[in-house]
Amino acid sequence: MYAPSFDYYRAGSVGEAQKLMQQHPGAKMLAGGHSLIPLLKLRLTAPPALIDIGRIPELKGITASNGTIRVGALTTHAELASSPAVKSGSPMVAEAAAQIGDAQVRNCGTIGGNVAHADPASDLPTVLLALEARFTAIGPNGERTIAAADFFQGMMTTALGQDELLTAVEVAAKKSGEGTAYVKFVHPASRYAVIGVAAVVAVKDGACSAARVAIGGLLPAAARARAVESALVGARPSTDTIAKAAALVSKDLGADVLGDIFASAEYRRAMAAVFVKRALTIAFTRAA
Amino acid sequence: MSAKVFGSGIRRREDPRLITGTAAYTDDLVLPGMVHAVILRSPHAHARIARIDTTRAKQAAGVLAVYTAADTEASLKPMPCAWLLPNAELKIAAYPQLAKDVVRYVGDCVAVVVAEDRYQAQDALELIEVDYEALPVVVDPQKATAASAPQLHADVPGNQAFHWTVAGGDVEAAFAKAEVVVKDRIIQQRLIPTAMETRAALAKWVPATGELTLWNTTQNPHIVRFLTSLVTGVPEDKLRVVAPEVGGGFGSKIAAFPGEFLAIFCSMKLGRPVKWTETRSENYQATTHGRDHVQEVELAATRDGKILGLRCSVWAGMGAYLSTAAPGIPTILHGLMLSGPYSVPALKEDVFGVYTNTTPVEAYRGAGRPEATFMLERMLDKLSDALKIDPAEIRRRNLLPPFEDGCNVVTGLTYDSGNYQRALDKALEHISYKELRAEQARQREQKRYLGIGVCTYVEICGLGPSQVAGAIGFQGGLWESAIVRFHPSGKVNVFIGASPHGQGEETTFAQIVSSELGVDVNDVKVIHGDTESTPMGWGTYGSRTTAVGGAALATAVRKIKDKAKVLAAHLLEAASEDIEYDEGRFFVKGTPSRAKTIQDIALMANLAWNLPAGMEAGLEATSFYDPPNFVYPFGAHVAVVEVDGETGNVELKRYVAVDDCGPQINPMIVEGQVHGGVVQGVGQALWEGAVYDENGQLVTGSLLDYAIPRADTLPDIDVLSTVTKSPHHPLGVKGIGEAGTIASTAAVYNAVVDALEPFGVDNLTMPLTPERVWRAMQNATQK
Repeated sequence: MYAPSFDYYRAGSVGEAQKLMQQHPGAKMLAGGHSLIPLLKLRLTAPPALIDIGRIPELKGITASNGTIRVGALTTHAELASSPAVKSGSPMVAEAAAQIGDAQVRNCGTIGGNVAHADPASDLPTVLLALEARFTAIGPNGERTIAAADFFQGMMTTALGQDELLTAVEVAAKKSGEGTAYVKFVHPASRYAVIGVAAVVAVKDGACSAARVAIGGLLPAAARARAVESALVGARPSTDTIAKAAALVSKDLGADVLGDIFASAEYRRAMAAVFVKRALTIAFTRAA
Repeated sequence: MSAKVFGSGIRRREDPRLITGTAAYTDDLVLPGMVHAVILRSPHAHARIARIDTTRAKQAAGVLAVYTAADTEASLKPMPCAWLLPNAELKIAAYPQLAKDVVRYVGDCVAVVVAEDRYQAQDALELIEVDYEALPVVVDPQKATAASAPQLHADVPGNQAFHWTVAGGDVEAAFAKAEVVVKDRIIQQRLIPTAMETRAALAKWVPATGELTLWNTTQNPHIVRFLTSLVTGVPEDKLRVVAPEVGGGFGSKIAAFPGEFLAIFCSMKLGRPVKWTETRSENYQATTHGRDHVQEVELAATRDGKILGLRCSVWAGMGAYLSTAAPGIPTILHGLMLSGPYSVPALKEDVFGVYTNTTPVEAYRGAGRPEATFMLERMLDKLSDALKIDPAEIRRRNLLPPFEDGCNVVTGLTYDSGNYQRALDKALEHISYKELRAEQARQREQKRYLGIGVCTYVEICGLGPSQVAGAIGFQGGLWESAIVRFHPSGKVNVFIGASPHGQGEETTFAQIVSSELGVDVNDVKVIHGDTESTPMGWGTYGSRTTAVGGAALATAVRKIKDKAKVLAAHLLEAASEDIEYDEGRFFVKGTPSRAKTIQDIALMANLAWNLPAGMEAGLEATSFYDPPNFVYPFGAHVAVVEVDGETGNVELKRYVAVDDCGPQINPMIVEGQVHGGVVQGVGQALWEGAVYDENGQLVTGSLLDYAIPRADTLPDIDVLSTVTKSPHHPLGVKGIGEAGTIASTAAVYNAVVDALEPFGVDNLTMPLTPERVWRAMQNATQK
């Protein structure tokens, strides 16, 4: 558990970070360190340099305005879980953040580091996909915004370029009549999601008017459960309709379901419907 | 206050330094000129070493030396095995510190690098070139005995390390007349002890004096000194072993390990202090594991549920080499306890110790006894199922009646004292067993699966009479020692040969002195863990520190009291037989005002101005206590679980532990030991399991994959007790360190099987992961 040697630079601002990135090709960004440091200690990665962006003031902070909640990339999971703005404006983000790892991980790990790392068993990508979050990145050609559907591209792969720095994540604030829920099948050792389901539903006149369901943990990257969503819209939420819609998740999973010694692919596939059902049940209850 | 000190749940004096991070562990120690050793470990489970080239590593920055077996084999004798089972065809395969021609498990030591800092050593490690020629691998102990299995050691045919048997009564006749026979095949999965502190050693050789000091994270520094002297040739009088703060052991810090000897070897070669600290990954790969049995067992009984006989075969995986005490664990500590708290007229067990391409196995909390209790408790539940007799009732029909001074059982042991029925009754009453069964029936109608698991147990601890140790091949004594030293001020130092590492004896042993001699508990300091300041002792494991070391202390304290009485009589100008003692005061019978306090006597004994003729100065006593028998704590545990019918997830809802360890010196510490023990046993039932793939790679090689219990997945544990004195211990006390672990795995497992009764499930493989439970339900549903 001793990392190979590397050069260390600390950036005081986003501008400085960009300059350092240009000067040190192959360098890795160090934020909370909870994904990167274990890889270094296991010597699974050996970057020539680390650029510590963990103290850049511009990357911190949570703001809520005009129906949008903007979370700086350096916001920790603990801050997400306890922020009044997040808890009221996007409770599912707080709900999921509170279930990440343990207290030490939540106090150090950041939303930016988490989504840029894009571990398939991570919680936030699933939630942010269901919320149709928008990711702001800055690169040599300036700033751009990436939709969640485009951001997560595969196992540990995102749309971020080598020379880009993730600066913030934005989600739309929850509207009245909407209910959300994140339900997680937690791995007893790693505390990662064996399965994570994020559900956003809206109910109007007793019928489901909108549904966005994302599922993660068992796929190389979190994915939307479109078949489930379609089955829900227009239906009157009941135990029966929810269960029937949830069962359709098998169509959404495709062939790439992950398995390991704790939970096989076959088992996870069977459990996906259970957890989608549970997330939807809670989300509909909250929407009511 | 003194009379109340024994039995009082005072706070542990160990805790302030432990919870404020000021305690110093081996890895915290820094010596001038200290350098760092790192071990290159085999990535193969079985391979021939065709070539090792250390040239590039030796040239790397900061590197002082790189050593292989070619360097160490002349200086270090092989790793010692110290439990030489008699009458068991024991075959001890050579276990070198560094593998010579063949590596036999992933993690086997191949080379050691010493560098100025730990990072440089790690960098250089990657520059060592080793060519391996892979050999076939076997990891399952039962499969390893097959004729076609890969052979680990040329001189051990069939990989059989030993074949040990225990038998009593006429087991064939028992099965011949049986009205019912139940059977099971049980996998006692391999567990990783996961002490919070990984192993570490710091060796300092002083060439000018020929003196060696080893700071080592160990449960038994005196045994380490003994073995280190044998392996390195450094004589014991010039060899000091210190166990600084030790962050947990659970059995994994009993054995001698190659790392310590390599640190010593390097220090002796280089003339500099050498520190070696393993990483968590190394800890998982190469610090000893526990359990790993395949058990085939059958029980014969009458129609009304009375046990007639037990017959079983066990294949115990020993790993690639025999660790220090390993042969005694699945045999003596397992087989001799097979009749448990029950009346079993006949039994026979064959235990095959088997070499496999895995990490060596050693004691792990409970060590052999959980594997016996689990087997027996499964059989009783199967019998309960077969005869439709309630699990609590089937136990009641078979428990031994109460006894206060000795009960001979079929395996040849004499249990010291027991009242098993009382413990069971207390547990059942506390949990409202009848109401719980009714609730279970109601919930089943709503397709909710509540399960209730019962376990009654007795265990053997307080190892033990040294004569017995010799007879069973343990290459040491099993007595303990204590020195009690009164200073002129009346303050007391206690030096003990045992080596507590979290159990709390610094507190409880002060309580013993305080309650026996009336000194304030805070005036007693307990010193342990340094072979240069403490008397010889055999260490802290097997729930023996209070059971044996506490007896040594009580005996020493009573010697002090005898001397104090004589001196008091002299000072009070009275006859010794007229002196009475109460709460720290020695007074003349009938005139309590004519008195000397223990502090007065400590002062006068140390000044020696006025001693009776022939009395030596000072107030100090030493005791070496060899117990006349083992102690046999017992109890009854009940677990309540709920199984999620959709996912198979098991939630432990309630847990009641009734344990009897005799009179409790400190009930809070007893409770803590029960908590920790129960949780580790629950871990085996629900979460923990070391998994090797068919190539011998440890799949659960880190805490990302190997699940240990967490507070947020456990209920409150109700800790209750009964009190049955040991007839032979001077304080009547037994041991409590392992009781929880011995009982809880079976209690929880039985509860899960009970929950799945509607599905007809009667066998599951531990750990009871959601998927395994779900599959069992699926299979049953589809039947």
